[in-house]
Amino acid sequence: MNVRGKVLGIFGLLVAVVLFTGFMNPRFFSADNLENVVQRTSLYGILGIGAAFSIVTGGIDLSIGSVVGLSATILPMLITAGVPAPAAVLGVLLIGALLGAIHGLLITRVGLQPFVVTLCGLLVYRGIARRISGDQTLGIDDEALRSLATGSPFSIGSFDVPAPVFLLLIVGVLAALFLGRSVWGRWLLALGRNPEAAHYAGVPVDRMIVVAYVLSSLLAALGGVLFALDIGSIQPAAMGNFYELYAIAAAVLGGCSLRGGEGSILGVVLGAAVMRLLYNSIVLLGIPSQLEFAIVGGVLLLGAIADETVRKIAGKRRAAERARARSQDTTS
Amino acid sequence: MAAERAGTGARGTLRLRVEGLTRRFPGVLALDGVGLEGRPGEVLGVVGENGAGKSTLMKILAGIDAPDGGAMELDGASWAPRTPREAADGGVALIHQELCLAENLSVAANIALGREPTRMGFVDRDAAREMAREALGTVRAAIDPDAIVEGLSAGERQLVEIAKGLAGGAKVVIFDEPTSSLTAGESEALFDVVRELRDQGVLVLYVSHRLHEITDLCDRAAVLRDGRNAAALEGSELNRSALVQAMVGRAESELVSPTAAVPRASTAPRLSARGLRTADWPAASLDIDVAPGEIVGIAGLVGAGRTELLETIFGLRAAVAGDLSLDGAPFIPDGPRAAIASGVALVPEDRKLHGLLLEESIRWNVALATLTARRRGPFVDTAAERSVVEERSSALGVRASSIEQPTGTLSGGNQQKVVIGRWLEARPRLLLLDEPTRGVDVGAREEIYRILEELCAEGLSVLFASSDLEELLRLGQRILVMHEGELTGNVARADADERLLMTLATGGDALAPTTSLEANP
Repeated sequence: MNVRGKVLGIFGLLVAVVLFTGFMNPRFFSADNLENVVQRTSLYGILGIGAAFSIVTGGIDLSIGSVVGLSATILPMLITAGVPAPAAVLGVLLIGALLGAIHGLLITRVGLQPFVVTLCGLLVYRGIARRISGDQTLGIDDEALRSLATGSPFSIGSFDVPAPVFLLLIVGVLAALFLGRSVWGRWLLALGRNPEAAHYAGVPVDRMIVVAYVLSSLLAALGGVLFALDIGSIQPAAMGNFYELYAIAAAVLGGCSLRGGEGSILGVVLGAAVMRLLYNSIVLLGIPSQLEFAIVGGVLLLGAIADETVRKIAGKRRAAERARARSQDTTS
Repeated sequence: MAAERAGTGARGTLRLRVEGLTRRFPGVLALDGVGLEGRPGEVLGVVGENGAGKSTLMKILAGIDAPDGGAMELDGASWAPRTPREAADGGVALIHQELCLAENLSVAANIALGREPTRMGFVDRDAAREMAREALGTVRAAIDPDAIVEGLSAGERQLVEIAKGLAGGAKVVIFDEPTSSLTAGESEALFDVVRELRDQGVLVLYVSHRLHEITDLCDRAAVLRDGRNAAALEGSELNRSALVQAMVGRAESELVSPTAAVPRASTAPRLSARGLRTADWPAASLDIDVAPGEIVGIAGLVGAGRTELLETIFGLRAAVAGDLSLDGAPFIPDGPRAAIASGVALVPEDRKLHGLLLEESIRWNVALATLTARRRGPFVDTAAERSVVEERSSALGVRASSIEQPTGTLSGGNQQKVVIGRWLEARPRLLLLDEPTRGVDVGAREEIYRILEELCAEGLSVLFASSDLEELLRLGQRILVMHEGELTGNVARADADERLLMTLATGGDALAPTTSLEANP
């Protein structure tokens, strides 16, 4: 199963959810609703792209939600302390990158498993966020800054294009170029497939793993900034809880294999969109919201089953091809 | 009873009969009407190049795969196992090429795996231990049933694997490349087990690429080619050249190319190692020279330190002490990247683990080590990559539908060419190869030798390690021999033969004439 096939599959699912929901409740196509879905997709999509980088190496980043929480806590504290907004945002992003570097170094230098390292991160950063804020709800009043998440630079008809879409576009295009076209991206995919072989071929495996975790945490911090600006009032104990799971789900739904070495940025963005659409249709179709997790989980499970089924069929075809190659070998 | 069984192995009483067996995979006929007959108390060799159908046949006999047509009989009754379980219960045991033991469990637990004796729903450990002891006894293995598999040597694991197969009361035991991970001593022990099984009246099917094992061990041999019976050899007909001829369908003499003359340059050696001590054998100090254009082989038993030496030169392992130089300039390999930058490349022993990205294309795999050399800004130059790989792949004669074909679908020989191609693309001065043709069939083997010889005629130096004496004598212009980390021999090809290499490799006194090793303090 190639990645392109998976992306097509998830696109098909997206179209199906859109049509079904729109058919069942025409309010789905209202500008307000679409703006909301697109804006949310953008925020979660950025987290999903981050998650994709760690997953592509064959690892996992469970700390995303807590990095979101910590970033969303530090940002208003810096602004309240009088730090100029651009400097505050930059500072939060730097902290994110630094946390990612620590994850990467613990994985490559100390030899810990990504699951353990980032699980500890999940617990530690949540604790830090709650402690430094005293568990108090924090607010951001800087409306100019908040428009980065809530504003709309222009409209198409009655549809006000949400500002985060542009951030997602920038992040997505850069990430896609990085992963799909650059030498570094090729190295990341190669080491995700077979770290030993990549090392033997001279790929700087350790350095690239650190890069992957830096990108993951950096994008989580960016997501944290945007979520903070979007909501405007942040509860450090709850902000970003479970977001790592949304991010990982989007990445997996979008075609990233947890075995590593496989992933498409476009797929991840589509995956994030499907997640948000499902949530949206639960609301619009009047399905009890208690079922939200169950429905998302069910769709993810069905996706995984479909993927595995196609994989098995492809595997059989490959075995046949191999046998054919061998018989050509011996006859020539 | 054993002798009795063996005695009744006269014509007529067949243990196993296979007739007209076919197995079709989409697009290819893996087995095309194959027949096979085996009697109790017989060792039957099954040989053929990769893809000849041996593995498919063995898998069908052992219930891993099912045939599309044909008939199989075991002791006169129809034989159609649907699962490996069913095959084992019926008396056909397949000893896997790659040992499949649960390393964290005890020997007894492994042997009893899947047929654990129980008492009131719980595993009866005493009975399992007894079962293991009995099975180990049949292969005369002095292994503690309570030992954890992790702590066993490759040879002991092999014996456990065999015992596991026998615990079901096997009538037919299939060995699939059993010696590929064994030392020479362990192989000898295995041959004794095979003979023991034969004397007990078991029919042994013995699959191997190592032809001398077939000629030494087997009573008869069935040769497969392209999924058909190519020949059945026994008695005086069962010799190496007849086997090779039947396997490849042409005489061996046509395969062997004239060996290139030894190019002797009077310039500085391409590689020079002085007092090199590897981390694995720190007590052994190695002095090695390889001239430009020279092909030097390293002989030695498994564990003699050959892989460690090559990986140290390539920078995968840190040397404890010693100086290396390349063309007279000091060379400090502190990692594969540094080695590659200095013009040193390594084709590793295990190409699936250390060589290839099996899911990825030929293009990706060949390009992997030289991405930065072709990049345009930060990006991979895909167009240049395509033409470079296209050219390299056709120069090496890689047989594939296109360079986009995943390497996992290629045959062993073509996979090895892809790995070699990757390193030739890096334009090395010194090419290190660890077991250059493991799992590569005879025809492709000869192609690889020829490619290396051509490149050496152009000035490339090659240092390769091999367990295959034929290969060492065929390819190496000079052969170094290692034993427990030390160099115990340095022999020109003209002076070398298999016996001398084996003697030196086992630490026997170097009765080598003028060629015993220079200087080991």
